[in-house]
Amino acid sequence: MLSFLSIAGIDPEVKCTDRSAYAWPVKFSRSPAVRVGLSIAVATGLYGISFGALSVASGLDVLQTLALSLLLFSGGSQFAFIGVVAGGGSGAAAMSASALLGIRNAVYGMQMNAMLRPRGWRRLAAAQVTIDESAATATGQTVPQERARGFWVAGVGIYILWNMFTLVGALLGNALGDPAQWGLDGAAVAAFLGLLWPRLKAREPAAIAVVCALVTLLTVPFVPAGVPILVAAAVAALLGWLNVGPSGEGLEPDVEPYPVEGRR
Amino acid sequence: MNLWIWILAACAISYLTKLAGYLVPARLMENPRMTRVAGTLTIGLLASLTAVNTFSSGQSLALDARLAALAAAAVALWLRAPFLVVVLAGAGAAAVARLLGAP
Repeated sequence: MLSFLSIAGIDPEVKCTDRSAYAWPVKFSRSPAVRVGLSIAVATGLYGISFGALSVASGLDVLQTLALSLLLFSGGSQFAFIGVVAGGGSGAAAMSASALLGIRNAVYGMQMNAMLRPRGWRRLAAAQVTIDESAATATGQTVPQERARGFWVAGVGIYILWNMFTLVGALLGNALGDPAQWGLDGAAVAAFLGLLWPRLKAREPAAIAVVCALVTLLTVPFVPAGVPILVAAAVAALLGWLNVGPSGEGLEPDVEPYPVEGRR
Repeated sequence: MNLWIWILAACAISYLTKLAGYLVPARLMENPRMTRVAGTLTIGLLASLTAVNTFSSGQSLALDARLAALAAAAVALWLRAPFLVVVLAGAGAAAVARLLGAP
């Protein structure tokens, strides 16, 4: 189990400083994992507003926006899809960017499967709510029951709130009218930088980010819109394959569930 | 209508990717290269998307009000502002830059 934690870049010994204060097993209502899961659900769910508004501004209708949050349900991939569409890229390029950005969810799936061993319908449900934040909430706990509670409360909580606030954002975006007047294109820039920022904790990921941004800008004039993002993805995959950076880089949640007790 | 096909395809791929993690044998976990590529892909794609949304206009590059959004977002992130505040800072900076005459 230690290897799974170290793959996620998490040292189990530094998490949850106050464990001794709890007698195990604790009641659901007093569980620290439930508390963390709920707060991460509110923080992450809220920014569904920005996804909803930006999605409508990028040209998707309200129903298409809701479909992405209900069915795709992975913040980075959803932003990637609408980001490519907003830049004039094709649907195929948008799908590809979103699919590549979702590959890390398979890694989280393996970690959660090893940790929680869900069976039957629970496994099918667990897969849908396997995202950065639910995986990080679970890995931050050390007791198996608390890991399961953290995963499910964060995952299901974010799913419900993310979809509610996507609807709010989409209706708001529809009502706003001209996206450029309200600076919604600037909001998209800020959203992507905000998603990238927590992943730039060391020199290697920062270098990868700079290289990929430069590759993107250099290819923009020469290939159809949307394709530069896929070229940058190929470069990033190559850098990872060639052993640049430790194995946990880039696998951080957008909203850190353990900001004080944890590693930052 | 055409976009619907790509949206639903992206949704199907997303779910199958997540589910694949639960179905592959645990020994694949021993391969750190897979984890590393998933991580560098995430960083590279988000950096690329940031660059495209800031500087590209179709197939050409442009310096406009979005640069102000990038700067404002960076300052907000540096000050550890929550995600929504960062997004609002970006929107506000772009809107103000346009009011002041930026393209």
